Amino acid sequence: MAKTAVQPINESRPGKVVSVTLTTILLAALALLLWWMQSAISDVYILKITRLCAINITLALAMNLINGFTGIFSLGHAGFMAVGAYTTALLTIPAKSKEMMFMIAPLIKPLDTLTLPFPVALAAGGLLSALFAYLIGMPCLRLRGDYLAIATLGFSEIIRVLIMNAQRLTNGAMGLRSIPANATMAWTYGVALITIAFMALLTSSSYGRALKAIREDEIAAESMGVSLFSHKMMSFMISAFFAGVGGGLLAAYNGTIGQDMFRVSMTYNILMIVVMGGMGSISGSVISAFVVTIGQEWLRFLDGPLTIGSIHTDGVVGLRMVVFAALLLIIIVFFRNGLFGTNEATWSGLWRSIGRMSGHKKRGEAA
Amino acid sequence: MSAIFQHLANALSVGSLYALMAIGYTMVYGVLRLINFAHGEIFMMAMYVVFFGLATFMMPWYISFIVAILITALLGVTAERLAYRPLRDAPRISILISAIAVSYFLQNLATVLFGGRPLTFPQVPLFTSMMNLGGVHISRLLILTPVIAAVLLVGLQYLLKRTKTGMAMRAVARDYDAARLMGIDLNRTIAMTFFIGSALAGVGAIMWGMKYPQIIPTVGAMPGIKCFIAAVLGGIGNVAGAVVGGLVLGMTEILIVAAVPALAGYRDAFAFVLLIIVLLVKPTGLLGEKTTEKV
Repeated sequence: MAKTAVQPINESRPGKVVSVTLTTILLAALALLLWWMQSAISDVYILKITRLCAINITLALAMNLINGFTGIFSLGHAGFMAVGAYTTALLTIPAKSKEMMFMIAPLIKPLDTLTLPFPVALAAGGLLSALFAYLIGMPCLRLRGDYLAIATLGFSEIIRVLIMNAQRLTNGAMGLRSIPANATMAWTYGVALITIAFMALLTSSSYGRALKAIREDEIAAESMGVSLFSHKMMSFMISAFFAGVGGGLLAAYNGTIGQDMFRVSMTYNILMIVVMGGMGSISGSVISAFVVTIGQEWLRFLDGPLTIGSIHTDGVVGLRMVVFAALLLIIIVFFRNGLFGTNEATWSGLWRSIGRMSGHKKRGEAA
Repeated sequence: MSAIFQHLANALSVGSLYALMAIGYTMVYGVLRLINFAHGEIFMMAMYVVFFGLATFMMPWYISFIVAILITALLGVTAERLAYRPLRDAPRISILISAIAVSYFLQNLATVLFGGRPLTFPQVPLFTSMMNLGGVHISRLLILTPVIAAVLLVGLQYLLKRTKTGMAMRAVARDYDAARLMGIDLNRTIAMTFFIGSALAGVGAIMWGMKYPQIIPTVGAMPGIKCFIAAVLGGIGNVAGAVVGGLVLGMTEILIVAAVPALAGYRDAFAFVLLIIVLLVKPTGLLGEKTTEKV
């Protein structure tokens, strides 16, 4: 093992320029594929799921930053998503629809006639969500491990309770309808791409290294001069920002939102993606967002009538989620590092595994 | 006057229900340093078992209760065996996620098996009929719940302090590795902890069901989180602390709503506010011991 580690860089391995070129080509190909899908595929359902994949990438990366890279087990994701979703919805729904929707009590003053462009509303949702994170983080980030998990989960529930009770702001239990369908292919994938790029830059910067140091050993990080609280707060707020933006996209994607959407199970769904991809791996989260989103749709056949051999059942609603939860359990018990662990999928890594598969032994091993 | 007595009795009974469930959390946390997120779902399963025992199989109430408590306890042990034991040496976060997955699994399983429609917990007249106490009409349950909880607590204290199993549990909670070196059978002790904790959750669930008779697959989620908070309030890992925490939480919730009825919609939020305050003022909880971090 040590022998391969000290070997000079293999000439056949792609360098940085090659990596960047390959990434650009991949992205261009992806953009072309999406563009082609939009014009060639008439099945609305497939297009919808494709967009959901991108939203889940944003949401998973947001959670991965705090849970995977910083090692703070926060379970408040659904709350931040709710803040983003409601903000985006309230800022984009046309005034007329708002007037019709708020039947019990009218919407409070400036919001009832205010409509903003979608990107502004998304950003507002993200910023408000980050502000909530600041307020929640003040007490919560002083806690450790499990306490923090419970406290953030609690605040996420409190946000839900507030939403349910703030009739004049959120329409209470009735939720919001007729949210303009702004979550197009371009917006969802655009935001996902920005999130990926931001996370990649952040985690490879000195801030990112400080976050990883906190994850590995808080006390050691602190004694090396990393300010624990401010770094945790930064990570928490950025995570909440992207969760809020993702929530806003989800609102535009769904068309309707209600406080019921943002229960703890929403956090668990995203957690599943993060765990499966590997906590602390950006590429892991991206790939796993596709796998889990598509997998969840594919598992829908379980809810319908089934025939296995001679056994026949007429549609068990919810079986899909049981299988899904069982999968999460199996993954965490048997493959707890997920797809990538804390590693990233890189071109050189791909190169090496292709080399391994095609039978070319590396020179170091042959010698 | 009678209203105040009503509220106090109510607060005491809710508090003792929280205490029963908080003990399960605190015991498991003591031995494994794990928040057993599935505890609330085990509680929920107990309610369904009693429902089917009484309403479908027409069992007498006492048999149905015993069956429910046993099934609940075994469910807890099974969860430990399948989902927690393989991860005992893994990073803490993995076992925490595993607990979340178990909770999620049981919730969805309940939806599939029992349907999402709310069921009504059957009433057992012996417990739920009204009685006259010095001119005040209250449900027997309000008096019986604290009494049953108190009896169980005395039993638990005896078990923990006087029996070999109990001593093994305390030893494992004090120092996991040292206990193993002293020849304590870890697997058996931990399984026993889950058995007792889940059985107490089962008793709590039965009492809860008679007080709040609606059963849905997510019925355990909120009490679950609140009772963990109760355990933290009192000082996690400490059985007496769990009882104190449960009572404090129950009292706070009921009495605040009784004093300011307008806050009823926010009842579920009190626990978290209380948690934050206690953790900031006294991070080890009301009865918790000081621990120092070793580098």
